[in-house]
Amino acid sequence: MSTMFSWSITTAQILLSLAMACAAFRILWGPRAQDRVVGFDTLSVNAMLLLLAFGIRSGSALYFESALIVGLLGFVSTVALAKFLLRGEVIE
Amino acid sequence: MNEVMDAPSLATILTATLLIAGAAVTLIGSVGLLRFSGFYQRVHAPTLGTTLGTIFIAAASMIYFSTLGIRPVLHELLIIVFIITTTPITLMVLVRAARFRDGAGSKPGGHGEK
Repeated sequence: MSTMFSWSITTAQILLSLAMACAAFRILWGPRAQDRVVGFDTLSVNAMLLLLAFGIRSGSALYFESALIVGLLGFVSTVALAKFLLRGEVIE
Repeated sequence: MNEVMDAPSLATILTATLLIAGAAVTLIGSVGLLRFSGFYQRVHAPTLGTTLGTIFIAAASMIYFSTLGIRPVLHELLIIVFIITTTPITLMVLVRAARFRDGAGSKPGGHGEK
């Protein structure tokens, strides 16, 4: 692995970490509940992308499974939170 | 021989470019989520990062692992198809919940009633 390649992976990880920080600020300072839910959805997708970048850096196939699980759980929990905002309960 | 090994191949350059492009697009979408003023503007910004950034970074992972020959490349297509399918569903459900909370259910044509 050349120096340029590991440097570019580091750059991508820093950019994704800044994106996760933006989403975390939106979760903390969101004026209403739906802003926090959008921030959580963005945070989970950014965490999934960061796991993919970690997988490219380590060359291991294990990070892909965790990335898939994080993406799937992020979608399910976002839909559950939106259902809670819409109805007041998740399962009715 | 050593210089040949050290020289970046086409797949390495493609992987690095796709990684940085995907991370930059994701960062632009998240900054839009942070900087826009209203909710209905804000909900559009991260879809850029979730779809385009996921496509770029998953393509980079696909190219890199198929170059290494560790495993077949079709796993990342699962993530791409899943994200492309679920992002509009998430946006639609969230905007429907926000319209209901804003009291749009009382307007004619609204559908937020219990």
